[in-house]
Amino acid sequence: MLDEAPKILVSVRGLKMHFAIHKGLLRRQVGTVKAVDDVSFDIYEGETLGLVGESGCGKSTAGRSILRLYDPTDGVVELEGQDIVPVTGERLRDLRPAMQMIFQDPQACLNPRMTVGSIIAEPLDEHLKLSRTERRNRVNELMDAVGLNRDFANRYPHEFSGGQRQRIGIARALALNPKFIVCDEPIAALDVSIQAQVVNLLEDLQRKFGLTYLFISHDLSMVRHLATRVAVMYLGKIVELAPRDALYSAPMHPYTQALLSAVPDPDPNAAERKERIILEGDVPSPANPPEGCNFCTRCAQVMDICRKIEPEWRDHGNGHYAACHRLGEA
Amino acid sequence: MPDGAEPILDVSDLKTIFRTRDGEVHAVNNVSFSVAPGELVGVVGESGSGKSVTMMSLMGLLPSPPAEIVGGDIRFDNEDVRKMNPTRLRALRGGDIGFIFQDPMTSLNPVFTVGYQLIEPLRIHLGLSKKQARIRAAELLALVGIPDASKRLSDYPHQFSGGMRQRVMIAIALACDPKVLIADEPTTALDVTIQAQILELIKGLRQKLGMAIIWITHDLGVVAEIADRVLVMYGGQVVEHALVKDLFARPQHPYTRALLETLPRVDGAREERLRSIEGQPPNLSAHPSSCPFAPRCGHVHDRCRSENPARRMVSAGHDVACFWSPPNAG
Repeated sequence: MLDEAPKILVSVRGLKMHFAIHKGLLRRQVGTVKAVDDVSFDIYEGETLGLVGESGCGKSTAGRSILRLYDPTDGVVELEGQDIVPVTGERLRDLRPAMQMIFQDPQACLNPRMTVGSIIAEPLDEHLKLSRTERRNRVNELMDAVGLNRDFANRYPHEFSGGQRQRIGIARALALNPKFIVCDEPIAALDVSIQAQVVNLLEDLQRKFGLTYLFISHDLSMVRHLATRVAVMYLGKIVELAPRDALYSAPMHPYTQALLSAVPDPDPNAAERKERIILEGDVPSPANPPEGCNFCTRCAQVMDICRKIEPEWRDHGNGHYAACHRLGEA
Repeated sequence: MPDGAEPILDVSDLKTIFRTRDGEVHAVNNVSFSVAPGELVGVVGESGSGKSVTMMSLMGLLPSPPAEIVGGDIRFDNEDVRKMNPTRLRALRGGDIGFIFQDPMTSLNPVFTVGYQLIEPLRIHLGLSKKQARIRAAELLALVGIPDASKRLSDYPHQFSGGMRQRVMIAIALACDPKVLIADEPTTALDVTIQAQILELIKGLRQKLGMAIIWITHDLGVVAEIADRVLVMYGGQVVEHALVKDLFARPQHPYTRALLETLPRVDGAREERLRSIEGQPPNLSAHPSSCPFAPRCGHVHDRCRSENPARRMVSAGHDVACFWSPPNAG
């Protein structure tokens, strides 16, 4: 585990990100999509918090709200003790260098008409006043750090493979010496053999620069490898948060249990033995979540109370949090 | 092939070339395999390994030009597919051979109802009347586990969720009782819990319908779960072929071994550092004169760079295209 008094770098309390649905000629608001609904957690300095969940559960929205790429509806996001939710304009811009993002699709997040060198230098141009030589040196330094050949600085993104493009995106995120990086599915678009390269690079960089990651992914096995603690999201809420080993060996929430059992095992003998929890049906729409517990429509262990009252977010010891009525009984 | 049953689909020395403005791309090089009735063959490989192009070539689904099948023999039920006239080929596609594509959103037509798209192959291939076809269509939707099947026939694809759409695709592929079902990454676009549902469904359908299935995927976990035999592809070639348990217990090819080692797991011991396969997949601009994996291989020697290894038997039903033998071979 972590040191005795781990320092909290990012603290999220009651974060809500609701999107209004407008319909009709007058664009009246007819409802809201509760993409992120009352989420609270802390990220300690130097750790990797894994945020897992299925598509549409709000994990990317949560990541983007924390970086203030959206204006959160409600809640507090503290970066080193400063609440960044009410900050706007030039003052928010001054905070940006400390928090960066690595995007999912390395094809879409790089401007095809800019050379790799100018893509990596763009944050430097925006936030710092560097001389030409300083700028070139910094770009070279960054390209070395992510394992790209310096001579490629004048090439264009399409000349690179997916894994290399992701390295360009990582170099750009590192340009301003950030403390906190949100990695939004950075390896989802890559092949297995390339995924491992990028994950190793992220780990090396974390050690070297003392970075803190929020690692958003749907790949449970990769999160197990990378993360120190893991949060599981379902339909806009975090249902369970625990240190990595505790979450994978003794998941408490029925959704986490089902999610873990659904991961195919690359071992045909184990696959035969494995007893699988198959969830029925689909995730409900976040515009119209069920009453009570969000998971009650698919939960195998559902009780009457689950359909009426929302379960409380509780500490079950050793930093293991979960929200489920079942756990209250024991 | 040493199997007892007569293969329903037999492919030998298939070669497909794309002729582009920038030169030729040798996407499929001397691929041979066969599938027996009732068997599920998994095809694994990274993007660009030629697994999809192989299957598209089989059914003449590639646009020509630029694609051209330059050699090889494709036999379906002892009939030469490459010599078939367009009418027979049309009857084959969708009739005798069903195809499930990766992305259910782009392969369903958004302006027609699901019922229309299900009824179309039934009327064309089986010559059913509208009424009969509608009854059969409802049966098919029920078979793939869509509740309220007869009502949902008049819904459009966007009214279904991702998992349900993939079920619709499976229903369409199964519509005419195909003898062979080719599934091209059918669960890649889906969440793990939905993927688990689809895998369960396919397992059930196999027992019920007894058709041969070719399952293309990049996920070794999925293969371990459902396949009987596995083909591993790399650089447009089959590099290893074995029964699924054999492959996972005694992988022979350095690529297969590396691939299995790079995979993180949700259970078992957690490695401190992921092993990665350094380097990039080959570009396939010419017919291979050396082993395609040689630049990334840890066991490379001079012969690998001057000669492309042919597939050789290592044990019953297990062959590998590599000169090197692992120490525990047997």
